Amino acid sequence: MPDIITRDGTIKQDNWTLVPRPAAGDSLEVPAQPALIPADLWLAGQEHFEGRQDIGVWLDSHDEPEMLAEVVERLPIVAVNFPKFSDGRGYSIARLLRERYGYGNELRAVGDVLLDQLQFMKRCGFDSYALRPDKDISKAPRCLNFFSQTYQAATDTDLPLFRRRAS
Amino acid sequence: MYVYDDHDRQILAERVAQFRDQTERALAGELSEDEFLPLRLQNGLYVQRFAPMLRICVPYGMMRSAQLRRLARITRDYDKGYAHFTTRQNVQLNWPAIEDVPDILAELGEVEMHANQTSGNCIRNTTTDQFAGAQHGEVADPRPYCEIIRQWSTFHPEFAFLPRKFKVAVNALESTDRAAIQVHDIGLQMITNASGDLGFRVHVGGGLGRTPMVGPVIREFLPELDLLTYLEAILRVYNRYGRRDNKYKARIKILVKALTPEGFAEKVEVEWSHIKDSPTRLTRDAIERIQGYFTEPAYLSLDNNSEQLAAQRFENRAFDQWMSRNVDNHKVPGYAIVTLSMKKTGVPPGDVTDRQLEQIADLADQYSFGEIRVTHQQNVVLADVRQDRLFELWELLGPLGFATPNLNTLTDIICCPGGDYCALANAKSIPVAESIQRRFDNMDFLYDVGDLDLNISGCMNACGHHHVGDIGVLGVDKKGEEFYQISLGGSSRQDAAIGKILGPSFAQEDMPEVVEKIIGVYLDQRTPEERFIDTYRRIGIEPFKERVYA
Repeated sequence: MPDIITRDGTIKQDNWTLVPRPAAGDSLEVPAQPALIPADLWLAGQEHFEGRQDIGVWLDSHDEPEMLAEVVERLPIVAVNFPKFSDGRGYSIARLLRERYGYGNELRAVGDVLLDQLQFMKRCGFDSYALRPDKDISKAPRCLNFFSQTYQAATDTDLPLFRRRAS
Repeated sequence: MYVYDDHDRQILAERVAQFRDQTERALAGELSEDEFLPLRLQNGLYVQRFAPMLRICVPYGMMRSAQLRRLARITRDYDKGYAHFTTRQNVQLNWPAIEDVPDILAELGEVEMHANQTSGNCIRNTTTDQFAGAQHGEVADPRPYCEIIRQWSTFHPEFAFLPRKFKVAVNALESTDRAAIQVHDIGLQMITNASGDLGFRVHVGGGLGRTPMVGPVIREFLPELDLLTYLEAILRVYNRYGRRDNKYKARIKILVKALTPEGFAEKVEVEWSHIKDSPTRLTRDAIERIQGYFTEPAYLSLDNNSEQLAAQRFENRAFDQWMSRNVDNHKVPGYAIVTLSMKKTGVPPGDVTDRQLEQIADLADQYSFGEIRVTHQQNVVLADVRQDRLFELWELLGPLGFATPNLNTLTDIICCPGGDYCALANAKSIPVAESIQRRFDNMDFLYDVGDLDLNISGCMNACGHHHVGDIGVLGVDKKGEEFYQISLGGSSRQDAAIGKILGPSFAQEDMPEVVEKIIGVYLDQRTPEERFIDTYRRIGIEPFKERVYA
């Protein structure tokens, strides 16, 4: 089972399995253990998956989180894929899910997740991170908290520095 | 100018510690080259042709004398004793060792300087007019807004991995634009609306590089309190929809063009409607707090010293020339804005030695309240000089090599470091600048030609702003040989325009003569009141072609 880091820096193990998008013409195979399936396929089979606490979804970096606007609260977990760590679309996706669509359950970063981006992910609303296996997970807690001060409001705070300075 | 408080200092100290950690992991092989690349770029560190290059940020071009002295010391201790003023009002070191960079950043941090986001696919240094706050006619001082944007954009968690780099510029004059806002990713023109409220006209999608474009207006009036939420909306649309499949089509200008300016504006408005009242919305207090750092220095109550100055100018022709070219009017009676020319023939444009940095610092302390500004033309400004001390300042500047009275003339060349330093360059640019400066060494001739921007870039990335020069020179590579393509009619000002290519390119040794022929057409054809660009627009490119390729 893969190690997962949580936003407070603890390491946990769980058995969420990411199910890749089936090739064209193939049907989705849902495994017996808890599974993350492509978000559009969850929507297509909504009546089948609805209410199942062992089925979550994942969005790719080019997916539009708008598609989950009406249903996101009913999902136990949403994962966002970073196909390459330098693809920054996942940060906007995360903020939209949290701040616009009010998603409150677990939001996980998956894919090319490295140490030096963890704090940005945390600030944008991700609360669990599937670090790429070759990276040293013991360094994750420090990397989640390099900065004790930040300038902007984001998902993690409603108080940009200019508002904190005023108080 | 802005002074750090404990929060700023804390953030910067943590940034230095972070980069030290990242550098150690990179040198230990825990970070691949690919993984380290954006981290080092966002700390200003490039790996160049012969050595690394460190680009140090000078927010909106302003520095204190203590910062100049620290830069001087760093160039001595870690480099070869000189630095380079860039076309984005920053400073570059050309020979630091990678393993020394964390120490250099720590030394910079002690004087509230850094290299944050001077490269990489993120929001870069926000720039403005080098005369900001000292000149007549500004809607308001633009620098507090630049500082507000600096703070908002520093380590913004959502926008650290954009499709491509992103540059913002602010201009506060309605009559002229020294900040070149229409060739930036976002250009903010400060204006007041009919009710007298302060705000911005917003241009998006200008830029140089491979696909030069003048940025269209996507919003006629943005109230000042909405500045950051609207920027956040633009950046979010760009972050989500800008192209990531092709580096050369990844700038926001390509997205704006693909969606049309109207289509892009609509997407931004929809996004903005959700976040305009979010906590990111500025408050009056927040703006006033930052404005409090940009108060006027302790000006004396003086008169415009016309009689004494007139006598000095009458008696000394060289001083008179320098006054005409390198000194500008100040909004406060009895003061003047002085520009130190870094364009002495034989010195690469923008290069400055450690000793010269210290001399500039001393001059700033003695003559201009201890502050300087760097210009995107790679010169240095003392913005608050007493008129009755101009003559003595001029006498000091001459021996230091800063009094060349060539500002805004043909030899005040904007020039990138080019093939002598830069790994990207197709061709050298510094020797071309020098050969043109040598050809046009007659000041009377230069003054007769008048204001003229000659800009040289060593490659398509256009760091030398060649697209927006009256005469633009672009280095190109043809089967391993360096050639130079000329464009005419560019402008980065109010009447922004992208220059048009004259024709086939030239060998380096032909360049002075080609420029001479172009100038010759202008001198033959101009009417008494016409600038180069006016004549060019009236007669078109053909007469220039005929003469040059005859």
